[in-house]
Amino acid sequence: MLTSLLARTSGALLCLTFFVVAMASSLVFGNIPVSLDMLIASCLDYDPGSLEHLVIRTERFSRTVTALIVGAGLAIAGVLMQTLTRNPLASPGILGVNAGAMFFVVVGATLFSLTSPSELVWAAFTGAATAAFLVYFLGQEAGRGISPVRTVLAGVAVTALFVSFAQGLLILNQNRFESILFWLAGSVSGRELATIVPLLPGFGLALLVALLLSRQLNLLGLDDEVIRGLGLRVGQIRLLVGLTVIVLAGTSVAMAGLIGFVGLIVPHMARGIFGTDHRWLLPMSAILGATLLLAADTVARMIIPPQEVPVGVMTALLGTPLFLYLARQVRQLS
Amino acid sequence: MTRSLVLRTPGDRYSLKLNIRVLKMTLALTALLAISSILALASGSHPTSFMDVLGTLAAPARSDLALIILEIRLPRVIMAILVGAALGSAGLILQGLVRNPLASPDVIGITSGASAAAVLFLWLGGITGTSLLLAPVAMGGAFTVALCITALAWHRGISPARLVLVGVGLAAALTAVTTLLLVLSPDSTAMNAYIWLTGSLYASQWHDVTALTPWLAVCLPLALIKLRHLDAQSMGEDMARGLGSALQGHRLLFLVLAVALAGSAVAYAGAVGFIGLIAPHMARRLVTSGHTGLLPIAALIGALILLYADWIGRVVFIPRDLPAGVFVAGIGAPFFVYLLYRLRHEPG
Repeated sequence: MLTSLLARTSGALLCLTFFVVAMASSLVFGNIPVSLDMLIASCLDYDPGSLEHLVIRTERFSRTVTALIVGAGLAIAGVLMQTLTRNPLASPGILGVNAGAMFFVVVGATLFSLTSPSELVWAAFTGAATAAFLVYFLGQEAGRGISPVRTVLAGVAVTALFVSFAQGLLILNQNRFESILFWLAGSVSGRELATIVPLLPGFGLALLVALLLSRQLNLLGLDDEVIRGLGLRVGQIRLLVGLTVIVLAGTSVAMAGLIGFVGLIVPHMARGIFGTDHRWLLPMSAILGATLLLAADTVARMIIPPQEVPVGVMTALLGTPLFLYLARQVRQLS
Repeated sequence: MTRSLVLRTPGDRYSLKLNIRVLKMTLALTALLAISSILALASGSHPTSFMDVLGTLAAPARSDLALIILEIRLPRVIMAILVGAALGSAGLILQGLVRNPLASPDVIGITSGASAAAVLFLWLGGITGTSLLLAPVAMGGAFTVALCITALAWHRGISPARLVLVGVGLAAALTAVTTLLLVLSPDSTAMNAYIWLTGSLYASQWHDVTALTPWLAVCLPLALIKLRHLDAQSMGEDMARGLGSALQGHRLLFLVLAVALAGSAVAYAGAVGFIGLIAPHMARRLVTSGHTGLLPIAALIGALILLYADWIGRVVFIPRDLPAGVFVAGIGAPFFVYLLYRLRHEPG
């Protein structure tokens, strides 16, 4: 862990470098390889006649932006949830928030024929909120407060509930097979930039709220009575943090479907490097989350060309070993 | 006080204590199951009357009607009962073992293991219909995953909390693998795999029934004999040891029983979810008893749920035949919400 300001700053710069590299590779690599010069040229001097320029401008650019936003959003949501529940295994994927959002998006897309993310995002918010409420409710144990193992099980059960509903819809609506599978498998491709833009203000606001709450979040790890003694309104802050999680996770799902484990891996990585101070943890998690998803998406294009591995699969395979490691650390819980 | 009936052999060498309420409830549920089965046999795209069904069952004749009832509907109804019973009991055993009311075969990864193996098999073979090898492959998947979970969760014996968390983690990875295979498959295979993943009893045959029956015939009686040790464990590890129960040995036995029951059921009917989660809770609402008394009730309730889910999928949307798994989730969800409401007030 980096402790001094200098070490942290250089660590942050290194992460930023990785982030820029990941972003550039996400724009450059793929079925139609593009050179770096070409990439710069397409930004500065766009030529609609060139195939490479067209690919970058229409397909790659929106894909990179989606991956960036989704990665950052899920990572921040993960940090917030882990702090809120004091549970190292918490994340929007594990605790069912993503699945709830996904199911409501699928319902919106199939039954009400909503198509643009700006309409679907409201469905996603509703779903994320429903799932979060269910899991919070279920995770509580009479007299003993929130139990980590119980919360995880509640999350998994809620996920199972929503995923099986989505699968049911998929079978009832076989002609929408492809589109529902998109949400279930999770993908950052095929989103037009114009459809993402309306989501950005809400997302930006949630991000800002999270960053402004850094100090309060640092205190949430303490005992409730200590926090109250320090003059903090615990209930209000918890509610605000919960709402922020719902907006961040909901937006991510409305853009890219079910992408798990980013919210679990990244906070642990960031905490390992920068420590538990949320003033560092939150921004660095956002950068690392974006980097991770960009890298995962770029690699997913290269494993079995010309087909692509869904990026949600990539993150799940990356995240499982970490989850198992963390699970082995959790002791004396049930 | 619960009233009980005690049967003794001469000289009190062996005795059997039966809880009267459990006995009554078992009989009532069995009767309900029998009536429901006849109802299910009588309905379908080819209308048949109640009397026809009873007549055919009593004296099989060589007719189209007999063919439909005995060769098409009867194996399917029996499969629904067997699979539902297996999943209900597996859920009860797992919840007792893990001492957590939210555990079930699908939550801790046993079903995911079977699913991943089955989808891998369908993908490698490019199979669009059914295959006789699918069930053994799926069962192999369930056992492999259970073995991995046990090995990863092992820390001087099986620790229930770790068992759950490791299972959840592995389930997520296996779901990812399943999704990957689905995305890579051509649409026809993917759809076929999807129907399997939802759980369907479509085209169940007599050989499925004969293949599944031995698993239940071995596991359920064994569970009935051994489940009292789970009651001892539910009072805490020290108490169980003090009562002379071989803690780790019994945990292993219960895990194997649960995997065998859930794995065999899922292998023949696909990844039907939720029954393992909700049937034990419904059983606990009906009777107050130790695990031994709960087992027949949970099994019967599981059977009833799947029987009705399959019946809805088969009859309501004629001519389409929808997978039972869709409706199990439909029946399970309202109960799940109720459960959530109740569980808050119970220590778990």
